Amino acid sequence: MPSNPKSSTMTGAEIVIKSLIDQGVEVVFGYPGGAVLPIYDELFKQNKIEHVLVRHEQGAAHAAEGYARSTGKPGVVLVTSGPGATNAVTGLQDALMDSIPLICLTGQVPTFMIGNDAFQEADTIGITRPCTKHNWLVKDTDDLAETMHQAFYVATSGRPGPVLIDIPKDVQFASGTYIGPRNIKPSAYQPKLKGDTAAIQAAVELMEGAKRPLFYTGGGVINSGPHASQLLRDLVEATGFPITSTLMGLGSYPASGDKWLGMLGMHGSYEANWAMHDCDVMICVGARFDDRITGRLDAFAPKSKKIHIDIDPSSINKNVRADVPIVGDVGHVLEDMTRIFRSRGAKTNKAGVAKWWEKIDEWRAVKCFDYEGSDTLIKPQFAVERLAEAMKKHGDYYVTTEVGQHQMWAAQYIPFDSPNRWMTSGGLGTMGYGVPAAVGVQIAHRDSLVVDVAGEASFMMTMQEMSTAVQYKLPIKIFILNNERLGMVRQWQQLLHGERYSSSYSEALPDFVKMAEAFGCKGIKCEKPDTLDDAIAEMIAYDGPVIFDCLVEKHENCFPMIPSGKAHNEMLLGSRAGAGDISQAIESDGAVLV
Amino acid sequence: MDLKRGSSSRSAYHLRPALKEGEERRTLSVLVDNESGVLARVIGLFSGRGYNIESLTVAETDHTGHRSRITVVTTGTPMVLEQIKAQLDRMVPVHRVRDLTSEGPSVERELALVKVANTGDHRVESLRVKDAFRASVVDASLESFVFEVTGSPEKIDAFVDLMRPLGLVDVSRTGVAAISRGPDGM
Repeated sequence: MPSNPKSSTMTGAEIVIKSLIDQGVEVVFGYPGGAVLPIYDELFKQNKIEHVLVRHEQGAAHAAEGYARSTGKPGVVLVTSGPGATNAVTGLQDALMDSIPLICLTGQVPTFMIGNDAFQEADTIGITRPCTKHNWLVKDTDDLAETMHQAFYVATSGRPGPVLIDIPKDVQFASGTYIGPRNIKPSAYQPKLKGDTAAIQAAVELMEGAKRPLFYTGGGVINSGPHASQLLRDLVEATGFPITSTLMGLGSYPASGDKWLGMLGMHGSYEANWAMHDCDVMICVGARFDDRITGRLDAFAPKSKKIHIDIDPSSINKNVRADVPIVGDVGHVLEDMTRIFRSRGAKTNKAGVAKWWEKIDEWRAVKCFDYEGSDTLIKPQFAVERLAEAMKKHGDYYVTTEVGQHQMWAAQYIPFDSPNRWMTSGGLGTMGYGVPAAVGVQIAHRDSLVVDVAGEASFMMTMQEMSTAVQYKLPIKIFILNNERLGMVRQWQQLLHGERYSSSYSEALPDFVKMAEAFGCKGIKCEKPDTLDDAIAEMIAYDGPVIFDCLVEKHENCFPMIPSGKAHNEMLLGSRAGAGDISQAIESDGAVLV
Repeated sequence: MDLKRGSSSRSAYHLRPALKEGEERRTLSVLVDNESGVLARVIGLFSGRGYNIESLTVAETDHTGHRSRITVVTTGTPMVLEQIKAQLDRMVPVHRVRDLTSEGPSVERELALVKVANTGDHRVESLRVKDAFRASVVDASLESFVFEVTGSPEKIDAFVDLMRPLGLVDVSRTGVAAISRGPDGM
């Protein structure tokens, strides 16, 4: 298109940078190498995009996820060919499972060497095909701009997800035509945003008659944007129905709201899981009936009619059959749903719902998150509660986590009153997610408090990113619940494998305070409950990255728990279930489940 | 060729001997951009999610628009089949997915090239069978024929079974191509 005034000729590397700028990208997380040197050269020559040098490509992907999840904007990753690309794979799959928009740019050996087992060559497109929403190998510089803009469109529209563009080095050097984002061809990919009005009407009719209704919401509400969270809050208030959420959806409805039942699922609250089991109308909004949520499928919410709102048609009827499926964007559908609900007079079965609340209050009275305190040892739940208290006092906080018991305790005890504040690896369960995610969050929110609630084992998977935090002056706080165990593995071995603790302790642990100092961070160690508040205050007050080594009770189990293969109404409670019950809790058919 | 009589149900096209209880067989037509890797993407979806492929045929059908049409025969429970369609439909290069089996009448055809090596009575008999199946001879030598036969997969199975005692050497099948009946296009 030489006659187009908006197009011009530039090198492939220049096209990459120009496309990123035109897409509004401010930060790129990456790591250089031979096959991306021309792009790094262009990054060097400009000031509009900040490059954050991570210490491992997995860190780049998780940092971009943290950035994306906390801002609602896509995260951008730039890595080299071969090992650069393969190291990013865990982050791509993590983003795919949790629907996080990422654009991953990988260098590739020059086109004429592809397939020759060249140095640092890998079949990046083949390797990442199943762990991206889509990927492209660009063989011609003239196709590069179009592909870059398509990549942003695909990553951010519909159900968001990671995409990857593999760019051979000769394509980066060669010249081609640049076109702007507005000049690209429409894609075959056109997700449906508006829900079917007749279906929404049917859903409203079900809601009007419901005696035991329940909102079950997920990450889709957060992905749909702050507007969707607001609409959800309005609809919950207008109906007076109780609401629970998945791990990924925390914050879309405020934890301080009186309709809030807490998180549901394997380690969810007693009231949320019982309400799921007994409800007669379930309004699933942007959640996908994951096995961590449903428990035993044939006993899942047996008495309920299910309304399922999802932008991805393949999420509907995948695990659980929906009575009223609504394909569309959560924001659009909730808007229509609220309008139709109000236009019909905002009717609900008030008497029925009041009785339902009485029942829910009985479940709430069980106080499922109670635990036995201690004067001598720090209970992990106590540590998270005190951290939450201190963060609330501070205000403006973001939380990331690693994966395991500490992650569940963080979800149970830390309240979130707004969306985009909680970053955790839900679908993939990636240990090592939290530190780099915190880096990405802090890059986007320089003045906010960013805390990674960690376990010592997860922390050691990606702790090299502390060096990134120091380099970019990112005051992230790593709050380690150190039980010297792979706590969740140990818990399952206790429940399921006759207390044979095969390779589930963290031996030869480093001195985290000295490690912090070696990185140039502050190290704090805390062993006694009565010193915890002061130590947490010191951590929050410190203007720089902190590694907080909180030594906790080593054998604490995470409760409540729905054992594998059990139904919601068969959940175990911590203070009530002794170790004897626990070892009998999982039957052989449940043992094969993860 | 190590093909026993009736063993075609265990050939690449019939990996599953018979439909399991509650399962159905469907023929899907998928219109895709003919871009690099698109077939790998579709096959990867089936293998990665544990879906079955009984037959898969692909070729570019629109050279100017670079569109290919994939015909895939698959089996599964109604819930799984619905998943397969939804999973295919959300792929970026996929324009359209049609379930030819459930969306009205359709025609299915497969083509096979069948080589037999024989002389004497067997040679005469194989020509008679060829005529009965309206197959044609596309190659001949004094001791062999290559037949071209077109029809439903069952018809081709039957033809191959009849050729087995008559000196069957080799079979090459295209897989199923299918299209809906009536005036409407995809």
